[in-house]
Amino acid sequence: MADLTRDDVLKLAQLARLTLSEEEIEKYRSELSQILAYVQQLKDVDVTGLEPTSQVTGLMNVMREDEVVDYGVSPDDLLRIVPSKQDRQIKVKRMIA
Amino acid sequence: MQASQWLPIAELSAKVRAGELRAADLVEQALKTIEAKKEYNAIIATIPERARTRAASIDAAIKNGETVGRLAGVPFIAKDNFLVFGAETTAASNMLKGFTAPYQSTVIEKLEAEGAICVAKANLDAFAHGASTENSDFFTTKNPADVARVPGGSSGGSAAAVVLDMAPFALGTDTGGSVRQPASFVGCVGYKPTYGLMSRSGIVAMASSTDVVGTLTRTADDAAYVIDVIAGRDPLDGTTIERDPAGYTDVPAAMKGKKIGLIKEWMGEGVAPGVATVIRSAADAFRAAGADVREVSLPSLPLSLAVYYIVVPAEVSSNLSRHDGQRFAFSYADAATLDESYTQSRGNGFGAEAKRRIMIGTYVLSSGYYDAYYRKAQTVRTKLINEFNEAFKQFDFLIGPVAPTTAFKIGENASDPLQMYLADVMTVGPSLAGLPAISVPAGTSDNLPVGLHIVAPQRSDRALLGMAKAAEELLA
Repeated sequence: MADLTRDDVLKLAQLARLTLSEEEIEKYRSELSQILAYVQQLKDVDVTGLEPTSQVTGLMNVMREDEVVDYGVSPDDLLRIVPSKQDRQIKVKRMIA
Repeated sequence: MQASQWLPIAELSAKVRAGELRAADLVEQALKTIEAKKEYNAIIATIPERARTRAASIDAAIKNGETVGRLAGVPFIAKDNFLVFGAETTAASNMLKGFTAPYQSTVIEKLEAEGAICVAKANLDAFAHGASTENSDFFTTKNPADVARVPGGSSGGSAAAVVLDMAPFALGTDTGGSVRQPASFVGCVGYKPTYGLMSRSGIVAMASSTDVVGTLTRTADDAAYVIDVIAGRDPLDGTTIERDPAGYTDVPAAMKGKKIGLIKEWMGEGVAPGVATVIRSAADAFRAAGADVREVSLPSLPLSLAVYYIVVPAEVSSNLSRHDGQRFAFSYADAATLDESYTQSRGNGFGAEAKRRIMIGTYVLSSGYYDAYYRKAQTVRTKLINEFNEAFKQFDFLIGPVAPTTAFKIGENASDPLQMYLADVMTVGPSLAGLPAISVPAGTSDNLPVGLHIVAPQRSDRALLGMAKAAEELLA
């Protein structure tokens, strides 16, 4: 893989919803390129016949009864930590500029 | 380890229950030690009010002849990514600065139910991303063995706090070595259980397929005593597994006749000679005590760091997406639109390492790269797990170093992220395979602690604690 371009970094930042300073764009362009070059070593590893693993202890479909349980946390407890609210609702900025 | 002001945890709580020691005095002792050693920057915040209230109620209950738990009056310190009442939970990040949890993590609830008292929150690399605590948005913890050096990370504050004798035990989290590597760097016992043995409910998530709760203690016995309280299934964490029906305490030390594999790939190039020497002497001591120690090769093990730095950033980028500036924690005040609120809150709230990992994760999960990076990494992970399984057909335990070096100097790796990632090169393999592993103090190299890494098959935590106890006796 070729080194990341400035546009690649801007695209990633946009996908990840991060503002970056000019300085950060160049810094991450170089650092992310190095890290991606390092992980390239997996490219030629032979994995014929193997499936990917995402869960290591073999648990599948852990189910519980669909019932309401009181964990002692009220909606008001959760609203207390919201940065901006009005009445009992989370207040966000307008979506269209 | 040096003499401690704290008794072994089982004895300490027995004396509190018997009325020979008061919980209130133990809390003051912990707070006083924390204050006296604050220049090490191990602690982000203390929880004096809540700790004193809890101690008073435990002492009153004992006076009234009421039954109290088996950790009654025992102070402890939690890494600052555990949600705990009475203090902020910051994960050492500007993003979560000022955040007070509306609920507590399950393991804190379990410890409190048995009478343990959380006295402080320990420093870490922000969001547990790092191997030195230098990525903390607040300050770097100093290694008690040499203050010019890092304590390791990310649970560096917890590990340093135990060696500084601030409390009988501390909690950490280990995603790719964050309990074991700092334990090796400062010289205490760091335990990483089988994946799923402890609930992660109420802990700031890093990478959900490898995150585990771990303990930092002076001895394997202390670790076992704490694990026995916090292990087991939790309806709030669907990945939890059943605890061992035999429990985790009263594990006999066991060395004679054990088959132990010394991992070849962990003893070769890149390992500091002083570290390799300590590990070879440990292997010799085990042989002399009747263990059968032979070299074993896991050829894919050197690939584990590359697998880790695809899988973990992918999961990090997903888990950190909840920090959007809208529901809790830091929010950029001057945004004109919702999108600007997201990008500015995240751009200003996250530190450099979080941004780096979020962007790597976003890259490897993005359309067109998913198969080449993420899926490939998860498939190599299978290959690695198969090699561990093969090795465990021949051996009861695998051993080697915890990290390739002793504690490095503050600033030495700070400007090179890839060099910093290499500090985890030996600890990430067992994490990717969900294996229990421990760091036990094994000696020193140039007066700096070196930990022995012992790895066991999944769900054999009890046997691993017995092996660690035997190792401790032989290496003391």
